[in-house]
Amino acid sequence: MSILIEGKSGTRHLLMGNEAIARGALEAGVHVAAGYPGTPSSEIIESLAKVCGPRNLYVEWSVNEKVAMEVAAAASFAGLRSLCVMKQNGVNVASDFLLHLAGSGTRAGMVIVPCDDPGALSSANEGESRHFARLVEIPLLEPGDFQQAKDMIKWAFALSEQIRNPVMVRSVTRLSHASGNVVFGDLPAVDAEAYFKHDGPALDPLQGVMLSYPVALKHRGQQEKLQQAVSLFEQSPFNTYEGPENPELLVITSSACCLYSTEAIHLLGLEERVGLLKLTTTWPLPPQLMENYLARTDKILVVEEVIRFLENEVKVLAAELAPRIGIKTFFGKKDGLLPTVGELNPDLVAGALARIFKMDYEPVAATYAAQAAEMAAKAPGRDLTFCPGCPHRASFWTIHNVLEMDNRQGFVCGDIGCYSLAMLPSGFSTLKTLHAMGSGAGLASGFGKLKAFGMDQPAVAVSGDSTFFHAVLPALVNAVHQQSDITLIVLDNSGTAMTGFQPHPGRPVDAAGNPAPQIDIASVCEAIGARVRTCDPFDLERTERTLLEMLADTPGVKVLVLKQICALSPEKKAKKMFEMRLDESICLGENCGCNRLCTRIFKCPGLNWDAAAGVARIDEVICAGCGVCASICPAGAISKKEVA
Amino acid sequence: MQQTTLLSDPYNVIITGVGGQGNVMASRVLGNMLSEQGFEVTIGETFGASQRGGSVMSHLRISRQTAWSPQIPKAKAHVVVALEPIEALRVLMVFGNPRTRVLCNTRPIQPVAVICGDAAYPDGTEIRRAIGELTSDARFVDATDAAVRLGNPILGNIMMIGALAAMGGLPIGRADFKVVISRTMDADKVTANLAAYDMGVDMIGAKEQ
Ligand code: SF4
Ligand code: SF4
Repeated sequence: MSILIEGKSGTRHLLMGNEAIARGALEAGVHVAAGYPGTPSSEIIESLAKVCGPRNLYVEWSVNEKVAMEVAAAASFAGLRSLCVMKQNGVNVASDFLLHLAGSGTRAGMVIVPCDDPGALSSANEGESRHFARLVEIPLLEPGDFQQAKDMIKWAFALSEQIRNPVMVRSVTRLSHASGNVVFGDLPAVDAEAYFKHDGPALDPLQGVMLSYPVALKHRGQQEKLQQAVSLFEQSPFNTYEGPENPELLVITSSACCLYSTEAIHLLGLEERVGLLKLTTTWPLPPQLMENYLARTDKILVVEEVIRFLENEVKVLAAELAPRIGIKTFFGKKDGLLPTVGELNPDLVAGALARIFKMDYEPVAATYAAQAAEMAAKAPGRDLTFCPGCPHRASFWTIHNVLEMDNRQGFVCGDIGCYSLAMLPSGFSTLKTLHAMGSGAGLASGFGKLKAFGMDQPAVAVSGDSTFFHAVLPALVNAVHQQSDITLIVLDNSGTAMTGFQPHPGRPVDAAGNPAPQIDIASVCEAIGARVRTCDPFDLERTERTLLEMLADTPGVKVLVLKQICALSPEKKAKKMFEMRLDESICLGENCGCNRLCTRIFKCPGLNWDAAAGVARIDEVICAGCGVCASICPAGAISKKEVA
Repeated sequence: MQQTTLLSDPYNVIITGVGGQGNVMASRVLGNMLSEQGFEVTIGETFGASQRGGSVMSHLRISRQTAWSPQIPKAKAHVVVALEPIEALRVLMVFGNPRTRVLCNTRPIQPVAVICGDAAYPDGTEIRRAIGELTSDARFVDATDAAVRLGNPILGNIMMIGALAAMGGLPIGRADFKVVISRTMDADKVTANLAAYDMGVDMIGAKEQ
């Protein structure tokens, strides 16, 4: 059983930010939660899925973020509080619906939680969700610590219900994936009833129809709701100020930067000179509250991630208030004091403060730093690579080799998942494009139509199984209908591996672990009109032959499904299929004509290179026993024995 | 007698290793042991690529007062627990200072660059010397091999927690460990984990004689 529902009111627990968010939703009496997996957001839905029975919750991993938001909105329309969760770029996917939802309004509280990833610690972008709140005109909240991550979710539900519109609560990696102590509140009763009332007066927000039409009327109403939100923001207990009455400098900050700023002020011992305004209601800004603090000083530093948002909003407000509060000097990102790329940390904020106060900030003696750097330079870097026994390493080995054999300068359009790593040498640098979910197939569909302009390079796209359902399907339909020439390779490892193995429509279970109808990727592709083949990527020889044939085959849309379970899947984890043996007397090392295929090119981390002995070795602790390297070694030095 | 106060507030611990070694699990167990005693614990984790061979780090801040930044400021680590030797060097470069203490597992995990021959893995004695020079107290234990003998390499993390407790400096002991592990793990795993913890304690005890 989970601590999230066992923990009594008033008790204190060490929770990951995402768990705190989940507990907040439970304390608010959420009944429906939907999302699409994406780091750093996934643990929110996972935590809720674990308690869905006892808490009378419906939780789903939706096919993509737009559908997740629609599912959550339906619950709100029917009178149930709902939560919708995604990583930052998921908001892009859902934004078309969100724009219209903000116009139609909601009924029971609906909270949208995007988790941004400043510094792109586990993303292919560091895009931000904050701008979407402003774009579609809904209130934006940004908790600044773990307790707030829980408490503000509850507050957001109440706010959403008050203004009858969705509320966005933005988290970031350093909150979502960090942990801190959280004191629990009460859990409400679990009973709930859903009913969608739609036959009252058309414009009645609780009894009529849910439309963004008539647009002008609804849009005006939406802006009035925002004004209502602003007046609640003025009174919010979550905006706090620490520091002297009239500081020399006012720091305005939000989200994880609250923690960085507190620490930076402490590092420099500036507690008596700097005021810290931790804002949690960041759009629209509450003007009276802002005026109160802006009036206290002439110098203002705005600390936020990633690009300027708060800084611009504060500047606009300060300009409007200038007749009353005077002209201010601003520090932040516009003047280059803080970076506009990557995440912040206490040192970057301390550095900015030190420059403003003309202080020295040297965390450690330069001699120590130099010595430590010199020694660390001897530590070879760790490039990311597929896990030992990962099916993708075998798949890309073959894809890469086949494109070389085919010899027409063919290329692979990449997509989002563990297999994105194939842009790196550990995936033989096979991917030549990498963009959004589903963009591999979409780009290939475009490339595949360029024959008329003399392009005869084969266009190949890859897709994961979860990605296939999320956004590849429309691109594939497009390719078939437009008679494009593409080969789509579906790397089916039976789950959403990158984010922790969440189920998707191709799996026989749902988010709660209950049996669910499984949708077969190969059958779907066949039904659309593609020619489909299926192989086990661990069977290198057969996969190679099949892919070569497919590339040489007549034009049109071809799909190769490479089916092999992820090495970390619960079914497979820590279970070796094969006992591997490397016969050092057969391994020719550098003298082998193979140029050390196993370790120099294939380089599964389960293989080590013993430079002194001049032979390869299997690392028993790391090897996952997939057996693939036995087919790689041309000398036959590696043998495999099935584990009984 | 188990120490009950912090030598410094906040007290900063970094656990570092390679994806797949169980960094996150170790930081959670340690964090829970401290939270259990009423400390404010903040843990910052970089585990986006944790399963895919990258360097992984957990930052623990332990305080009587409040939550601190999930990223420790530069040069402010009091203790570095390295599940892999060269990761200790990497962490010291940014977060070390001459008073930092290190507990280091000696089992290397070759980076891809070493496997393919683009880079060399530094010699074990050289790593020891470097870590020793950069810190006030450096302990080396062979937790992975001991854990393999115990039947599961992942238990190496638990040995490291036992060894960390035995090193002193943190207000933690066996009782805290038992409470946390009994709550978070299935009953059949508790014995093996306690055995691993005790082996870790002994590894440091043996050193001190
Ligand atoms: S998690 Fe699975 S799919 Fe991802 S790299 Fe590891 S083995 Fe491959
Ligand atoms: S069998 Fe070979 S390829 Fe597979 S995990 Fe072990 S070392 Fe790597």
